[in-house]
Amino acid sequence: MSDILAMTAVAARQALDNKSISAVELTEAYIKAGQDTAENNAYVLTTPDKAIDMAKASDARIAKGDAGLLEGIPIGVKDMFCTKGVETTASSRILKGFVPTYESTVTQNLWQDGAVMLGKINCDEFAMGSANETSAFGAVINPWTASDGPLKGKALTPGGSSGGSAAVMAARSALLAPGTDTGGSIRQPAAFCGLVGLKPTYGRCSRLGIVAFASSLDQAGPITRDVADCALMMTSMASYDKGDSTSIDAPMPDLMAALTKAKNEGVKGMRIGIPDEYTIDGMPEQIVTLWEQGRQWLEDAGATCVPVSLPHTKYALPAYYIIAPAEASSNLARYDGVRYGQRVDGATLDEMYAKTRGAGFGDEVKRRILIGTYVLSAGYYDAYYIKAQKIRRLIQNDFHQVFSGVDALLTPSTPSAAFALGEEDKDPVSMFLNDVFTVPANLAGIPAISVPAGLSSDGLPLGLQLIAPALREDTLIEGAAMLEKAAGFNHVASGAAS
Amino acid sequence: MTDVSSLVEGRTGKWEVVIGLEVHAQVSSQAKLFSGASAAFGAGPNEHVSLVDAAMPGMLPVINQFCVEQAVKTGLGLNAEINLFSIFDRKNYFYADLPQGYQISQYKQPIVGEGSITITLADGSTRDIGIERLHLEQDAGKSMHDQHPSKSYIDLNRSGVALMEIVSRPDMRSAEEAAAYVSKLRAILRFLGTCDGNMEQGSLRADCNVSVRRPGEELGTRTETKNLNSIRFIAQAINSEVARQIEIIEDGGTIDQETRLFDTSTGQTRTMRSKEDAHDYRYFPDPDLLPLELDAAWVETLRQSLPELPDALRTRLMDEFGLSAYDAGLISEDRDTAAWYEAAAAGRDAKLVANWMTVELFGALNRMGLDLADSPVRPDQLGQLVERISDGTISGRIAKDVFAIMLEDGADPDQVIEEKGFKQVSDTGAIEAIIDTVLAENTDKVDEYRGGKDKLFGFFVGQVMKASKGQANPGVVNDLLRQKLNG
Amino acid sequence: MSDKNPDFSLDHNSDHNVIDKTTIQKIAKLARIEIAPEREDTLCGELSTIISWVEQLGECDTAHVEPLASVTGHSLPMRDDVVTSGDDPDAVLSNAPEEASHFFVVPKVVE
Ligand SMILES: [Mg+2]
Ligand SMILES: [Zn+2]
Repeated sequence: MSDILAMTAVAARQALDNKSISAVELTEAYIKAGQDTAENNAYVLTTPDKAIDMAKASDARIAKGDAGLLEGIPIGVKDMFCTKGVETTASSRILKGFVPTYESTVTQNLWQDGAVMLGKINCDEFAMGSANETSAFGAVINPWTASDGPLKGKALTPGGSSGGSAAVMAARSALLAPGTDTGGSIRQPAAFCGLVGLKPTYGRCSRLGIVAFASSLDQAGPITRDVADCALMMTSMASYDKGDSTSIDAPMPDLMAALTKAKNEGVKGMRIGIPDEYTIDGMPEQIVTLWEQGRQWLEDAGATCVPVSLPHTKYALPAYYIIAPAEASSNLARYDGVRYGQRVDGATLDEMYAKTRGAGFGDEVKRRILIGTYVLSAGYYDAYYIKAQKIRRLIQNDFHQVFSGVDALLTPSTPSAAFALGEEDKDPVSMFLNDVFTVPANLAGIPAISVPAGLSSDGLPLGLQLIAPALREDTLIEGAAMLEKAAGFNHVASGAAS
Repeated sequence: MTDVSSLVEGRTGKWEVVIGLEVHAQVSSQAKLFSGASAAFGAGPNEHVSLVDAAMPGMLPVINQFCVEQAVKTGLGLNAEINLFSIFDRKNYFYADLPQGYQISQYKQPIVGEGSITITLADGSTRDIGIERLHLEQDAGKSMHDQHPSKSYIDLNRSGVALMEIVSRPDMRSAEEAAAYVSKLRAILRFLGTCDGNMEQGSLRADCNVSVRRPGEELGTRTETKNLNSIRFIAQAINSEVARQIEIIEDGGTIDQETRLFDTSTGQTRTMRSKEDAHDYRYFPDPDLLPLELDAAWVETLRQSLPELPDALRTRLMDEFGLSAYDAGLISEDRDTAAWYEAAAAGRDAKLVANWMTVELFGALNRMGLDLADSPVRPDQLGQLVERISDGTISGRIAKDVFAIMLEDGADPDQVIEEKGFKQVSDTGAIEAIIDTVLAENTDKVDEYRGGKDKLFGFFVGQVMKASKGQANPGVVNDLLRQKLNG
Repeated sequence: MSDKNPDFSLDHNSDHNVIDKTTIQKIAKLARIEIAPEREDTLCGELSTIISWVEQLGECDTAHVEPLASVTGHSLPMRDDVVTSGDDPDAVLSNAPEEASHFFVVPKVVE
């Protein structure tokens, strides 16, 4: 059994193709792993019968020589993706009982390629959070534990908002997990859980059928065990979708070829920028050291690293916390208890709305809706929203400028390792700071990847982030493959199923 | 500047009325603005609803190209500036029939900018009314309040239907001008084919902004009366609103800036919501949509392919057919009427055809409650009838009898003339014989005439026409009578 | 602290709340979210902290910057005018908390 769970998706695909294992066997192993690690609270809904049916169908296609890219690979789906006939809640009380009659384009692509659905995965409510603590289903527990230091013996956050997705990957209770990333929600949990997480170029993955948080920032992407799996899964998830007006009609570069290239040639000739502004006061020393280590690894593999400046970086986070809540306040207006989800009765329509939304949304979601409503309201719009959109252009220009001289940027993924659940400062702004390194890529719509690069002194995973120009996911895969090889990260979470 | 004749007399002096209109015109598309559901009128509840229209989680808008094209065409038809770069915004507010919690509309950067249209008033005078803008937006659903004592029922069939909101400048000064403006706008939309203009089905609705002021003074506080769906209601609503506002101000009160509803049963407006609970719409660009960028060459192609519009048609009818401004105005009101006229008038006495069409035909159709499309008389038949008058086959008097029969059974005029023996007699021999008989029967009158009583000439004409059952050619009768009486 | 780097400090927020209870209730009404009176104080503090923090954007000169309209730089794609969906009221109403004869049902709206 342990051998089965140890396989990456790429390895499992080979094993399935050469019939050393069946899709049903693989799926059963993951269903059991999910049951064995249920205390993580990562699955909000399991669909074992559906999984077995899908696995059987995969076995039949494999037998016919008809296997798809992800044929027979068991997947856990973040509850932000609408899944036809399977309850979808965005981890919110307000959507309790909602069963979509439709499938998101991204998950449809995965099923089309033969993937098997294990169930729906916990996340921050409407993907708003960085610790997976805002979920109506309760927090997710990180399968990793501190081996030493003040966090030893404490339940840790897997990060957020795709906390459950990272947790099932680290716990080996799913072999692949699609996440969504609005300000770092794929990369930060991936970093906290020793995984690879890729936020592609805005528009690469269709947003159709994904519960919207902030439309101009939301992007789906893979959370995987290694870079090769990431390339594989990204290839399946991405598509041009005429049903999403912001979808990009540009072919995805051959990510498998990028992998091979990295393997054969290293990153010879690649120019990597090290942005000055990502050095922040109070950043733990080991993060600084790891970042420097990453630079060394890339240079050893043939890259040239140069310091670069992104002067408006310090404004990214506050601009994000205007734009994202503004869009969210509007996107979440549809949850009104009229057409789906939970309703709390009221004497008048307005009372019904207010009670339904007052009871249905959690505190973090309410805070963001209120902030968003405030910054868009009469008299404040120019000062906040327009100001933030101007800053956003400056941030995009910063990236444009540096990318004329470098192929990618290297930064830490997060300013810290995973922290203890329930102990974070109650100040909402301090929680926002988790996303300080990840948010700029969302604002600029450019791709970024987090790669596990080492362990903290307490034995917790730390990640490095690579950021590339729009549409250059291949550059990310090349660089990430290099970092992965150099880091040789082969640690497994103590809470992983076996 | 102010036309004195349009001022309203109050108890304390004259008032000037200022009116601006926001017209919502439904685009004549098959599908909705941002979804693939049907935009057709009259389906069962929630049948024409897609997942997008019901604002299901994760659903996204994709714009309908046809609707964009119709907005541009309409802009061109309104002599307006076409904005090659425009933005779709979200107008945020909660309402039962607004599933997304926002309406996708255009706020700061609409697809069409300033334009103008010329209206013609009953006295034949014309006025230019400024168009401020035209933008594309979604319609809302429908709430029904009379199905249940404590519940409202929501039907989303209209939710997401494409509307063009056409906003005028506050250039109108009377209900008559407002009515003329809406008629003209509707005619332009119909000529362009961009909106069917069907007001009963709600394809065209108007919001009326009305204020009053002393001539030459600052603008007064305005009220907005929403959703008027007939030209008659627009005029009624404006007149009642003007009277209400003048009375309040003359009684020492002030006008509240508010939204009002028109009650069709009382003919009065009433408060819907006041400025205090006015919405804060929190407009911002819809992040699900990108800026709409149009190709200048494509706009030019549309401009070149525009059909003839009411003003051009009216001018052409006057130039080409010699019609009066009034007849040309009547006939150019819609394209079908004009086409009907042109078919009837081709190669015939065009003015006479116009006269017959606007007086006899329209009068008859009106009595019968029929539209021109259902007219029992076809254009070529009316044309033929006029031709028989022109060539002297029948008199204008007889033509009316022929026309009455044509209306009844749709017969050709030649056939009616033939069968009923209506052909006009111009044969001098036959007419001479009748004249001789008439003169012989009225020797006393002949003497009186010859004694100087000229007025009796009309009497003899009447007698001859009567004896010929109206078929004698009046010209010939006149000539011969004069010869015989004077000779 | 160097001024070009992200600002971790929260000293922007002074003692007084930039968002008071009246504002909270006003925006809560706009957003149709019922706020229990006992939550008002906490919310005023939290939202004021956030708003004070984002106000650091004021120090960045954006006088000659156009606000970003879209990150992709593409123009809006369009679809053909073809009816491709609808005619399935049961699907549309399948999740409705309250329905009657294919209508959604809500508390009576008074106009
Ligand atoms: Mg309006
Ligand atoms: Zn409108």
